[in-house]
Amino acid sequence: MSIPALRLKDIVKTFPGVRALDGVSFEVLPGEVHALLGENGAGKSTLMKVLGGIYQPNEGQIFIEEQPAKMASPLDAKSKGVVFIHQELSLADELTVAENIYLGELPRKSFGRVDWTTLYEKSDAILKRLNCGFTPQTRVGSLSIANKQMVEIARALTVEAKAVIFDEPTASLTDAEKVVLFDIINDLRARGVGVAYISHRMDEIFTISDRISVLRDGSYRGSLITADTNEDEVTQLMIGRSLDLTHAIVPNTLGEVALSVENLSCGSLFQDVSFQVRAGEVVGFYGLVGAGRTEIAETLFGLRTATAGQIKISGQTVKINSPTDAISHGISLVPEDRKEQGLVLGMNCRDNMTLPQVGALTSGPFVSSGQEVAIFDTYHEKLEIKTPSWKQQAGNLSGGNQQKIVIGKWLSMAPKVLIVDEPTRGIDVGSKSEIHNLIRDLASQGYAIIVISSEMPEVLRVSDRVIAMFHGKIMREFSAEEVTEDNLVQAISGIGPDKVA
Amino acid sequence: MNNETLKSFIGKGAIWGFIILELIFFSVAGEFFSLSDKAFMDWDNMLLLFKQSAPIGIIALGMTIIMINGNIDLSVGATFALCAVVMLDSMTWEVFAGLGDWVIPVAWALALITGMVLGLINGLIVWKTGVDAFIVTLGSMLGFRGLVFMYNGENPTSHLNWTLVDMAEASVLGIETPTIIFVVCTIIIWLLMTRTVHGRNAYAVGNNREAAVNAGIRVGPHMVWNFVLIGFLAALSSVVFYSSSGSVNPNDGTLYELWVITAVVLGGTKLTGGSGSVISTFGGVLAIQLLRKGLGHIGADTAMVNLVIGLILIAVLFLDQQLNRKGKEELKV
Amino acid sequence: MSDLTASGDGADRRKAIVNLLARNGILIAFAAFMIGFTLANERFLSFDNVLGVVRSSAILGVIALGVTFVVISGNLDLSVGSMMSFSTIVMLDLHDKLGPALAIPVMFAMTMALGALIGFLVGYLKLNSLIVTLGMLSAIHGLTLTYSGGKNMDIADKEGTWFSVFGQGAVFGIPVPVVIFFGLAAVLSLLLARTAFGRKVYAVGGNGVAATFSGIPRARVVFFTYLISSFCVAMAGLLQASRSLGSQNTVGQGLELDVLAAVILGGASLLGGSGTVFKTVIGVLILGFITNGLLLVGLQFYVQYVVTWVIIILAVWLDVAAKRGRLWSPIA
Repeated sequence: MSIPALRLKDIVKTFPGVRALDGVSFEVLPGEVHALLGENGAGKSTLMKVLGGIYQPNEGQIFIEEQPAKMASPLDAKSKGVVFIHQELSLADELTVAENIYLGELPRKSFGRVDWTTLYEKSDAILKRLNCGFTPQTRVGSLSIANKQMVEIARALTVEAKAVIFDEPTASLTDAEKVVLFDIINDLRARGVGVAYISHRMDEIFTISDRISVLRDGSYRGSLITADTNEDEVTQLMIGRSLDLTHAIVPNTLGEVALSVENLSCGSLFQDVSFQVRAGEVVGFYGLVGAGRTEIAETLFGLRTATAGQIKISGQTVKINSPTDAISHGISLVPEDRKEQGLVLGMNCRDNMTLPQVGALTSGPFVSSGQEVAIFDTYHEKLEIKTPSWKQQAGNLSGGNQQKIVIGKWLSMAPKVLIVDEPTRGIDVGSKSEIHNLIRDLASQGYAIIVISSEMPEVLRVSDRVIAMFHGKIMREFSAEEVTEDNLVQAISGIGPDKVA
Repeated sequence: MNNETLKSFIGKGAIWGFIILELIFFSVAGEFFSLSDKAFMDWDNMLLLFKQSAPIGIIALGMTIIMINGNIDLSVGATFALCAVVMLDSMTWEVFAGLGDWVIPVAWALALITGMVLGLINGLIVWKTGVDAFIVTLGSMLGFRGLVFMYNGENPTSHLNWTLVDMAEASVLGIETPTIIFVVCTIIIWLLMTRTVHGRNAYAVGNNREAAVNAGIRVGPHMVWNFVLIGFLAALSSVVFYSSSGSVNPNDGTLYELWVITAVVLGGTKLTGGSGSVISTFGGVLAIQLLRKGLGHIGADTAMVNLVIGLILIAVLFLDQQLNRKGKEELKV
Repeated sequence: MSDLTASGDGADRRKAIVNLLARNGILIAFAAFMIGFTLANERFLSFDNVLGVVRSSAILGVIALGVTFVVISGNLDLSVGSMMSFSTIVMLDLHDKLGPALAIPVMFAMTMALGALIGFLVGYLKLNSLIVTLGMLSAIHGLTLTYSGGKNMDIADKEGTWFSVFGQGAVFGIPVPVVIFFGLAAVLSLLLARTAFGRKVYAVGGNGVAATFSGIPRARVVFFTYLISSFCVAMAGLLQASRSLGSQNTVGQGLELDVLAAVILGGASLLGGSGTVFKTVIGVLILGFITNGLLLVGLQFYVQYVVTWVIIILAVWLDVAAKRGRLWSPIA
């Protein structure tokens, strides 16, 4: 067998508070599509960023064709034949397709002029190979997201790549576009290029890959030959022992219906969504990114305007036009992006926690520090937040403790309905189960809770009921007894046999 | 797609539509209100308009690049004044006494070099310290102005050289030197921005800085070059203007930065960087000068000019925002 | 209580010291500056001189207090200079027409109406504050010229009016502008540091999205910061009018950038979310003492421009460097 195009050995990468990669090894042979599988937060993207030169590993080695190599930057990686196709698009919208393909390496003539003829000829050849329906002269800003993805891929083809890394390339592609993408990948494979393919979509992995490696919680859990395995085996590796815990839910005594949503729609984002949540119940929303889950939460919280439908709180129809409305009706939202949406990182923990109600915590004209500290102390203790004092800036805490500040912020508002969007994104394993226990605990205290998550084990771990979404619609609702990984995966891919709208 | 074409049409064409509107309005209104019986769209009047646009216009070309990069330069007014001082004073230096009229190109060169050095200082500070260009150039706006004062106290610096004045007021086919320089600069900068690697990189840096860095564009030196360029253009503007006037007050050029930025924004360049066009800036400069002259033509005073320009600037911003809205589904943050 | 996160080792301590230096660097520089000038000229720290400095900084200072709110909320206000010309001219004009007692509230109302307009455009319409206030700089200048007809404005009876008390009077030997500056600073400092509104200003500037996700009405908060800014401008106009009893249309021209320099020198970040009223007062005083100190040692007023330039860059650089943990920018 040939030597690996690319090989990683014992890679360790840590971030403040998180050990994202813990001694991971991974290799790609020439002419092979090697899939890297894992839940969100398992460390796939971090590993690939190490490969692509975006992150420098704390420990471990990288070999290109068995020669030790260092990837100082993405450009450096590219020059060594390792090309990374980003999940987040990194294109300049105002420039043309051709300029983006050769960004940083535009062909020159005298006086620093761009050699347009060469540029367009070369770009056109690449676009033809990719079967793209647009010309090199098109402005990138006018392309659809899928076509932008194509431009990203075209970039990879400007060099004689030894290895190409695809990071969830299908996240925003339609089925037809996926077929084109797979053709391209097959073409690369046929020409002896090593392809690393990251995804958490089982069906794709089985269509395209030769080998599957699984990461979980930042460490390597084993490899399987695609032809010799099945989805169950892979899922087992991916989810690991947490599988046993999935059905350990102790149901609470349910109270009245706290939240009832009827035929709610918001333009093209989601349509005709109806569901109920009772006091003491956790309802999990599962689906792929872009299925409309977060958008429902944002609409319930008054951050988007519903185009149709009704929201009832404890049986009363309410109008929610702003977060202030939502809060006054007892709805709270722990948002998906903790750092961007959840916290003012430069503010101290106490101020962050009391932010939604600071106007009410006054004595005379001034904010009462005593009342604020009392609230902080309550949740500091209750949620076991690890911080030396309330004076600590929220930005200095670890992810798990930051999340607890956000949760404490909303619990202190005594909500009827608590929506938690991606409760454990970017949080290390230990804190994850702590947060899960906390959610169950809150439900037993009578809160009605909605948990939105892209991590299947998480949904299974905390939910009394699971709602599966696909393309802005509710596909199916499962009780804790009915739900399995298989039927959930099918429901969110839109291929389930029992489609119930 | 339709929306996209509409947006790009409005983006590129708006300033010219606005200019045509101004021309029609002032021509018609001029018939009723004008104090003189000369028509507004008189050839001489239009030529004068170009000439008067030149000082602000030449600087605005540089500001366009700086703003496409996602930076800003508030120090151009002070640079303008300092270069004028250097040019006019250097002609009286004893070292150059033997040069006769050859002192003129030497003085020009000194002024232009001064501008480039000032730009280099700004650029290097932005690059090496990582402090925002707004603050860096706010500081150097004060600092450069201080240097102007330190040179000659509160007195004006004057030197009249008639050969110089003749050159500054020379004309080809009735088109005067400042106009020619303005137009030529516009063409060169336009070529720079549309045809060269440096120009295309400027858009990339402003559009998506991280992508530019990842693609191996050296963002630091790139920005330094642009600051040198705007320093050069501010100096050139100064050379053009003061060659004919021959005297500079230490407060000259104050608020130029605001006029220049107004012209560039009116031309459709975004403060956030990444988009903008040199030709549209040229239009923006003309539109402002046209507005000044037009309002003067129909008997309105400077007061009205200031008021109208301010309100138009805000209106342009508002329209631009409305056109870029995503509609009802948008997140309300 | 709870276990401390690891923070005892040498690297962290060194970082803490650097941080402390950076955060108080401006105070340290100020102290060094004051000591230097006191040694060079013993009159520098005399009571009269200090009072004189504060008095001559009061107008700039009062405006800077308001702009502090705007900057902390993450916006800019370039219209304050132009707006101060407006309020000064209006004050002087109405003084003779309505009498000072009525003219003062009317002038405040007119100035704050302009502030409300800016607040509406930036807060509720979410337009870029730099461009809006740049436009308003020009528009308000036009408004002032229209109002005055382009002429200087003077009070008819300069000897007989009690109105001069604001700019020229004194309470227990302390000039009224100084009293107003410090009084207003105290009130606004309490507003910013101790009230719910102040907290919201920090939240909106620190992370506007997170503030919205916490139910804080961002638009309204921004609106009120501009209202406060225009109130301070009106106060500055009152002081200016009362001090001079006559004025040009351009009395406040260029002030916006001096004000911004003072606020930045005080350590407020233009990105929003940081800064205090107290620090702004320090920033104002630094500018005032630099001018004064340089004059006292026989240098011209304009030398301060160059000194200010160097100090601003160094101050912000130090701040930025402390935040990223390295002196030089990592840009390639």
